[in-house]
Amino acid sequence: MSSVTEIAAPPREPRHDVPRAKTPRPWRQLIGPVLLIVPMLASLLAVSLYPVLRTIWTAFTNTSLETQGSNFTGLANVRRLQHDSLFWQAWRQTLEFTAVTTLAETLLGLIIALALYKTFRGRGLVRAAVLVPWAIPTVVTARMFSWLFDQGGLVNYLLVTLHLVSSPVNFLGSTTLALPTLMVADIWKTTPFMALLLLAGLQTIPPGLGEAARIDGASSWDYFWRVRLPLLMPTLLVAALLRALDAFRVFDLPYVVTGGGPASSTQTMSTYAYNILFSGLEIGYGSMIATAMFVTEVLIAGVFGIFIVRRIRQEG
Amino acid sequence: MTAISPPLFRGAKREVRRWSFGLLVTGIAVWSLFPFAWQVITSFEPDRDLSRFTPTWLPVPGGTLQHYINVFEVKDFTPYILNSVVVDVSATAIALVFAALAAYSIARLPLPGKGVVLGLVLAVSMFPQISIVTPLYEVLISMHLIDTYQGLSGVYIGLSLPLMVYILWAHFRTIPREIDEAARIDGAGPLRTLWSVIIPVALPGVVPAALLGFIASWNELLLALSLMTSPSRQTIPVGIANFTGIYSIPWGDIAAASVVVTVPLVVLVLIFQRRIVEGVTAGAVKG
Repeated sequence: MSSVTEIAAPPREPRHDVPRAKTPRPWRQLIGPVLLIVPMLASLLAVSLYPVLRTIWTAFTNTSLETQGSNFTGLANVRRLQHDSLFWQAWRQTLEFTAVTTLAETLLGLIIALALYKTFRGRGLVRAAVLVPWAIPTVVTARMFSWLFDQGGLVNYLLVTLHLVSSPVNFLGSTTLALPTLMVADIWKTTPFMALLLLAGLQTIPPGLGEAARIDGASSWDYFWRVRLPLLMPTLLVAALLRALDAFRVFDLPYVVTGGGPASSTQTMSTYAYNILFSGLEIGYGSMIATAMFVTEVLIAGVFGIFIVRRIRQEG
Repeated sequence: MTAISPPLFRGAKREVRRWSFGLLVTGIAVWSLFPFAWQVITSFEPDRDLSRFTPTWLPVPGGTLQHYINVFEVKDFTPYILNSVVVDVSATAIALVFAALAAYSIARLPLPGKGVVLGLVLAVSMFPQISIVTPLYEVLISMHLIDTYQGLSGVYIGLSLPLMVYILWAHFRTIPREIDEAARIDGAGPLRTLWSVIIPVALPGVVPAALLGFIASWNELLLALSLMTSPSRQTIPVGIANFTGIYSIPWGDIAAASVVVTVPLVVLVLIFQRRIVEGVTAGAVKG
């Protein structure tokens, strides 16, 4: 499937049949192309690669801005991580957040993509409307949902007026409801992105297939389950992977809406690491948490990668 | 529609389907627009109305601009906006140049190891921000760039590059090869070809690349929070995140500030809506 190879791994280039420039020696031909990617490589090296490697190294030291120490301590931070119940709580909550939002966003995104694929009057307007949540800064989304789900906010007014609850619910002050509320905010903000990717995937399916299925007497339900969904699957998996990797890094929402509370019930890996690094000033241990995150991200990508490769193999 | 009784007329059934589809589409639009619309409404309502449990649905009559006045005069939000504009515009402009050069080389020149380069670019985009923040902090301190426009802007260049390179690459490679050839015959070197031929032709990809990069920087919180240490240098997301009142949460002021920083973005996205959809999905659609 073209769409997967596109996003997941760089596809093979079509051969260059452009006549080469009139430079005599082959190595001189390479100078130009290589020089052109130098600024990009230098930026990525300085801003992403070097810092990540440095963080992994620091994770095995006791670097702290408070004690001014900075010695290699081997696996001491790993052992501390193992017994840090707050870390495991944050880890669990982050995985929960990632799983629920990714699943919901994929399903809702699919419904929206299927609806927007059809031609109808005002489709351009609805497509534009769907992009609005995506354009809004996450911090603003966070503030919006804090207000909507406030005890004196609109959601509580509607719940009370419709007699669904007897008194306003303290969504963000409850250890059981705060995390789900953050999930709702994330789902609202990110479903459009998902719908966009899936819409692109739907558009690669030849419309003639639908025609053929109808002539063969297949219902539109059959057509969806047996033709469209299998063909869309690779795109769906890649989009879900991108989403999951992003959801796993969630920082802005809990930082702004709940500050990780109440009772750490919305603490995520990112906010927990941030607290250790910038409030506790324990750079060594904080780096270990960041490294644990990095490793989990790689694992998530690996699991999806296996699924995707298998899918592609199945289809030959 | 109540016409779903026993004799299922084809017409009636079609009507039901048409109506439920209309309902679905309307639902999608309302779900997407309502929360922000509510923020806009909130920004025009006086505190007296906001503190009542029963909401005031429309700020007319009795609307107020007080929250907007508070944002600019009491909270002095202008520096945040200026800081964001300086950092994000410079970062986007420079990243766009770097990304165009790299994408051109990967897509159209005989660069060795293209696949590896592109794979590296994509892998880098998956790094969690929290795992790069402390080394960046140390590096910027040692270069005396902490708390400066150049420092944060430089970081944002690196962060927006992967997506930009990918989008531009996806567009550049669809341009017919004959164009390069024609340019070369006219005596144009690679840079000249990129600037006067490829970029104008690939403009539908350049616009979303620039816009997506800009939006990513405009919305970024974690690094801005950590690398801009003095309040006078902080950017909009930090300003919104730290927006607090003395006695109670100033919902109206927050709403007004949100509207001010979001409306330009929403307008940009709506203007370039088609281009963005095409740009983001180019890689997936064009095989």
